[in-house]
Amino acid sequence: MSDISADGLDANGLVLAADGTPLKRSLARAMRRQKLRALLLVAPLLIFVLLTFIYPIGVMLSRSVQNDIVANTLPETVRVLGRWDASTGELPDEEVYAAFTRDMVIAIADKKHTRLGSRLNYEKTGLSSMFRQSGRKMKKLDPVADAPFKDKLIGIHKGWGDIETWKTLQTYSGIYTSGYFLNAVDAHMTPEGMAWQPEDKQILLKLFGRTLIMSLIITGSCIMLGYPIAWLLANVSPRNANLLLILVLLPFWTSLLVRTSAWKVMLQQNGVINEVLVWIGLVPDADRLILINNQFGTIVAMTHILLPFMILPMYSVMQTIPPVYLRAAKSMGATNWTAFWRVYFPQSVPGIGAGSILVFILSIGYYITPEIVGGTKGVFISNRIAYHISSSLNWGLAAALGTILLVVVLALYWAYDRIVGIDNVKLG
Amino acid sequence: MKLTKTLLATTALTVAAGMVNADGHMSSEMTIVSWGGAYSASQKGAYHDPYAEANGVTIINDDSSAEAVAKLRAMSEAGNVTWDVVDVVAADAIRLCDEGLAMEIDADTMLADAPDGTKASEDFGDLLVSDCFIPQIVYSTTFGYRTDLVGDTAPTTVCAVFDTEAYPGKRALEKRPINNMEWALLCDGVAKDAVYDVLATQEGQDQALAKLDTIKDDVIWWSAGADTPQLLADGEVVMGSTYNGRLFAAIEEQKLPVAMLWDAQVFDLDGWIIPTGLSPERQARALDYIMFATDTQRLADQAQYISYGPARKSSAPLVGKHKTLGIDMAPHMPTDPNNATNTFLYNYVFWADYRDDIDAKFQAWLAK
Repeated sequence: MSDISADGLDANGLVLAADGTPLKRSLARAMRRQKLRALLLVAPLLIFVLLTFIYPIGVMLSRSVQNDIVANTLPETVRVLGRWDASTGELPDEEVYAAFTRDMVIAIADKKHTRLGSRLNYEKTGLSSMFRQSGRKMKKLDPVADAPFKDKLIGIHKGWGDIETWKTLQTYSGIYTSGYFLNAVDAHMTPEGMAWQPEDKQILLKLFGRTLIMSLIITGSCIMLGYPIAWLLANVSPRNANLLLILVLLPFWTSLLVRTSAWKVMLQQNGVINEVLVWIGLVPDADRLILINNQFGTIVAMTHILLPFMILPMYSVMQTIPPVYLRAAKSMGATNWTAFWRVYFPQSVPGIGAGSILVFILSIGYYITPEIVGGTKGVFISNRIAYHISSSLNWGLAAALGTILLVVVLALYWAYDRIVGIDNVKLG
Repeated sequence: MKLTKTLLATTALTVAAGMVNADGHMSSEMTIVSWGGAYSASQKGAYHDPYAEANGVTIINDDSSAEAVAKLRAMSEAGNVTWDVVDVVAADAIRLCDEGLAMEIDADTMLADAPDGTKASEDFGDLLVSDCFIPQIVYSTTFGYRTDLVGDTAPTTVCAVFDTEAYPGKRALEKRPINNMEWALLCDGVAKDAVYDVLATQEGQDQALAKLDTIKDDVIWWSAGADTPQLLADGEVVMGSTYNGRLFAAIEEQKLPVAMLWDAQVFDLDGWIIPTGLSPERQARALDYIMFATDTQRLADQAQYISYGPARKSSAPLVGKHKTLGIDMAPHMPTDPNNATNTFLYNYVFWADYRDDIDAKFQAWLAK
């Protein structure tokens, strides 16, 4: 036992715990134990989320840089082609063609060559049919006996005599590629380095911008429309509040596709809104309002669909605001508006924050509703991601687009945290 | 004690269920994937029900053909292919074959001969566009128009779509470049056999987009086959493109004031593929089903339910009347000589190469 003085200090002046160890160490040990206990409690859920959510999504997003298909299908060719200098403007020599033939004969036997052709077709149009057709004719070649191959291959398909083909192969030889990420921002990797896509193919950056801006507009309109409803819910009698809550939740429980299709019926040229306005006489029959297949349609339909996500957090925060503050403000001479704006509203901001995050992040990822009512001007980036997953099978590009979207959302979340503070977000 | 009993019972049931699929050398249950709606109903009537009755097999229907390519790739990577036979369009079949996800089919040994002895490879002829693909029907993407909204002269050529002066009003076109680019070039003066050569060049693509630009403000773009008939029924569009079977349903079954504009219809093929990665029993059952479902009589039977032409030459004379409406189906087939005066066959090789590139340009143009 060290020398403990009467007021709990040892010889050096450090504060001691009851069993004589320095307080700092004892405290640290206790805190560690507490954290470990908390971690063990959370562990099952954490492992579940890691295995079923983070790991699979991580694997999918890692496709955005994977390019081992080229090196795996044509190993020798890739090695020999690495030594070729494309800037001379001359075709590779016989060594490359021979290695290519050896690799192709094996790949054709395993039926892997067409898959490589499809992948390379994303970079240079025409390679998929080239690989497919060459595969049929190269099946019968003997890699040893039929040398030399340069002229034979060019005879099989003239694309093998095109220097651009070999440049593309060389550019995409690596196991990892930045090509998909460059494509995701309207650029592409050429043998000479990075270059912007030709202007008639530039669409993705515009779509990113449009998605973000429209999501902000949707969030704003949800706040405008949702705040009065949440205030009503929080301030009327409980019986009426329950009725109103059911009215808010009932559409929420209806199928998304049904709600979106209902908006089609409402907003069409011959739809309900236009028919009523023409019947009243506000709108001439020949010049009906165009409410659908544009950005307006997307904003209206998405606001309707995401409104419950805004109302419910705001409502639960507003429920916790004691009405006594408003009465106190009024008793001190504030007008109704001043009392609301300077006393009530600041207390409800955390609810607005929670609702906004939910609505914004949800609306960035939506693609069904913009697909149905958005026409061409109201589509989001998620529609392109869906296209690349389902139709073009360019999963590398889809993964790159998804990664960029994830990074943008995380960046906005971080900015929100710095400006407003996440601790200011309450769900009730 | 109760828990042990329950556990034992559950285990026994699971083992028994697993043995359902091992009936000798062919499985007794199969999952067939198709497109849903009237098309799936026609397959059920013509193929699934007779086959299930004759062989005592349970057939489970799945309507995921629209997502078939992506899902098959995901299944194959997971090592768990749950589908036995999949209905896809020919372009998807070529894509699946390229990716090694579809089994290669030898037409002469795996498909039935025609009743007069012709081998399957001859009976299908040029429609065997891929080694992995078994064609089933010929359908076409073509136009329908509202007879009461087009004015006095009915449109007769596809260029009426681009003529907003003679036929004012909105049109419905598919939200992808395929077919639209060909029609645009055709109506911009390019000869029919030169269309794909022109479309392969940058200038050709710009020319097609420029022609589409002249009607861009009047177009509603559809992505589902059911959109155009709905738009025509609502009067939102004056004419619109869709699959001919949908228009048949709208005209003959729903009695809408719509007529067909068959000019420059684009033929496409819809058929079966068998995924790779199936166990021997499931593969044997799938091949047995294919042998039955693609023979001459069966393909003619499907035409009783839906107005798509059978892919076999020997099936054409056997096409009879609609099952419920009782009308003659032959005049409604896209392959009927009256309708097929000016047709395109979907150029699979061209679009397999150029689809991604031209689609990027098309979507960028759409977004402007």
